[in-house]
Amino acid sequence: MLRLHVNPFDYTILGIYFALVIAIGVIARRAVATSEDFLLSGRSLPAWVTGLAFISANLGAIEILGMAANGAQYGLPTVHFYWIGAVPAMVFLGVVMMPFYYGSRVRSVPEFLLRRFNPATHLFNALTFALAAVLIAGVNLYALALVINALIGWPIWLSIAVSALFVLAYITLGGLSGAIYNEVLQFFVIIAGLVPLVIIGLHSVGGWSGLQAKIGHTKLGANAFSTWSGVGVGHWANPLGDWIGIVFGLGFVLSFGYWTTNFAEVQRALSAKDLSAAQRTPLIGAYPKIFIPALTIIPGLIALAIIPKLGTPKGASYNDAIPLLMGRFLPNGALGVALAGLLAAFMAGMAANVSSFNTVFTYDIWQTYIRKGRRDRYYLNVGRVVTVVGILIGVGTAFIASGYSNIMNYIQLLFSFFNAPLFATFILAMFWKRTTPWSGIAGLAAGTIGAAVMHFVGYDIAYFYPHQVLDSTHATINAQMLNFYGAIAAFVADLVVTVLVSMVTKPKPVSELGGLVWGVHDPDAPDPASVPKPPWWASPKLLGGLALGIVLVLSIIFA
Amino acid sequence: MSEVPDTGAEAPQSAAARLFDLRVLIGGLFLLYGVMLTVAGFFTSSKELAKASHININLWMGIGMLVIGGFFAAWWRLRPLRRPEPQPDQPQPDIGAGQ
Repeated sequence: MLRLHVNPFDYTILGIYFALVIAIGVIARRAVATSEDFLLSGRSLPAWVTGLAFISANLGAIEILGMAANGAQYGLPTVHFYWIGAVPAMVFLGVVMMPFYYGSRVRSVPEFLLRRFNPATHLFNALTFALAAVLIAGVNLYALALVINALIGWPIWLSIAVSALFVLAYITLGGLSGAIYNEVLQFFVIIAGLVPLVIIGLHSVGGWSGLQAKIGHTKLGANAFSTWSGVGVGHWANPLGDWIGIVFGLGFVLSFGYWTTNFAEVQRALSAKDLSAAQRTPLIGAYPKIFIPALTIIPGLIALAIIPKLGTPKGASYNDAIPLLMGRFLPNGALGVALAGLLAAFMAGMAANVSSFNTVFTYDIWQTYIRKGRRDRYYLNVGRVVTVVGILIGVGTAFIASGYSNIMNYIQLLFSFFNAPLFATFILAMFWKRTTPWSGIAGLAAGTIGAAVMHFVGYDIAYFYPHQVLDSTHATINAQMLNFYGAIAAFVADLVVTVLVSMVTKPKPVSELGGLVWGVHDPDAPDPASVPKPPWWASPKLLGGLALGIVLVLSIIFA
Repeated sequence: MSEVPDTGAEAPQSAAARLFDLRVLIGGLFLLYGVMLTVAGFFTSSKELAKASHININLWMGIGMLVIGGFFAAWWRLRPLRRPEPQPDQPQPDIGAGQ
C-alpha cells in the first residue's frame, strides 16, 4: 500500500515548511510597488536565484514522479530527456538567444513575437500559452490531490482547496518574487528528500553492481543500462526509438522549443538583474539538470528491482515508484522532509504556470488589446486579479479532471501540437531578417497542423511499433517515438511555410528590427563597451561549454 | 523603448530593492531541520534502522542539512547585501546575493 505512516514529527516538519512558504509571500509583498515588480520581480534578482528557479520551475512533482516512472519502465535511456533533451537547449538559450530577449527589454515571449511579427502571431501565441498555462496548473493541482489522497488519506476536494489557497497566498502577495523564492527553497528541500532514497536504496540492493545484477533479472534486462543501444534507423529496439527521433525530435525540436520559448522558463531569466545574470540563468540551471537523473532514474530502477510486480496490471503503477520507496525506507523525520519536498514540488508546478499566465494575460492581452495606456498601478491590480482568476480556473480544471481523468491527457496532447513548431518560428525570426510579419502566424498554424496530422497518421505506420510490426489495437505503439517524429513534422511544416510566405509577403523595414534579429544593431542599446563585463569565470561561453563537455563525457561513459 | 507606458506624472518607483535576502531563509530552514533530524537520529529505534538498510538516515541527513544551512548562513554573513546608494534618477538595485 502507498499509505505512509506519518507521525507528529513529520507533521511538524511539514508545518514549518508551509509556514515559511506563506512567510515568503508576505515579506515579498513589501518589494512590490509596480507591475514589473509583481510580474517580473522588478528585474532585480541575482543569477544564482534565477538559475535555480529556472530549473525548479521545471522540477515539478509530475516531472519527478514521471521521470522515475520512465526510469523504471525504460531504464537509463531516460537520460536522453535530460542530457540531449535539455542541456544543449539551455546552453543555446543562455549564450545565443538571451541577448535578444533580455536586450530588447520585452516583458514576455509573446511580446517578442509582437515586435518581430504582427498582432495576429502575437495573439495566437499569447492565447494558446495563457490557456495552456491555467489548464496545466489545474493538472498539477489534481495530480497533487491524488498523491495526498494516496499518501496521507485526505479527500481530493480538501487537498485541491488547501493547496490552491497556499499558492494563492504566496503569489497574489509576493508575485513572481514569491514564486521564484519558493522555487529555490523547494529545489533544496526536494533534493534533500531524494538523496536519502538513492543512498539507502543503492545500499539495500548491493550498490550499483548489485542494482545491475537485480535489473538483469527483470523484464527490462541488461539493456536498461545502455542509453544508445538499439537506436539504428529501420530496426530500432531502444525504448525511445531510433536516433533520428531522439536527436532531432527530442534533442532539437522539442527540447529547444520548450526551453527557449516556454515563457514559464524564460520569465525566470527575464527577472534577472542584468543581461549577464539573465544569460547565466539557464546555464546555472543546466548543471543541476545534468545530475538530477541520478535522483529520479536510479530510484525508478531501485523500485523495479525490489518491488514485485511494479508496472504490471496486478502491481503498483510505475508512477508510484518514489512514494513506494519513501514508505519503504524512510524513518519519521526524513519522511517528513521528503514529503515536504514532494508537496512543494507540486505547488511549484502550479505556481510556475500561474505566475507566467498572469504576466502574459496582463501585458500581452489586457494591456495590448483591451485597456491600453492606463497607469502602472492599474496593471498591477489587473495582475493581482488575474492571478486569482487563473488559480480559480486551475481549481475548476482540477475538479473536472477528478470526474473525467482522460480530459487531462487530451489537454496535454492538444497543447503539445501548439508547442511543437515554436522553435522553427523563433530561429527564423532571430536569424533571418527577411522573415515577414505574416509568415509568423502562417508558420505556427502550419506546424500545429503538421504535429496533429503526424500524431493521427502515425498510429497506422508500422515503423512506430516494436519490431516494426503494426498492432491493429494500437496498444503497443511507441508513443514517445511518435511524439518525437510528430515534433519533426511540425518543425519541417513550420519552416517550409514560414519561408514560402516570407517570399511572397512584405518584410518589416530593418529600422523596426533593431535588437530583435541577429546582426541588426539596436540603436537604443547601451554601448557594448560601457556595459560591465562579468569576471572570466562567469562568462556565458565558458559556463555553457563546460556544461556541454560534462554531458559529452557522461554520454560516452553511459553509452 | 517599449517600457511600460507610464501616463501618470508620478511614475511609481520599483520597490524591488526591498526584497529580502533568500540566503537567510534557506540557511535558517536547513539549520532548524538539521538540528531536528540530528537529535532524532540519536533516538533511532533498531526497527527504524533495519527499515533504512541499517543506515541512520536521520542522523546523516541532519548533519548534511546542518552543513548546507551553515554554508548559506556563512555566505550571507561574509558577503552581505550591498544596498545601492540612493540615486534619485536611476536606482541600480542589487539585491539577493553575490553574483
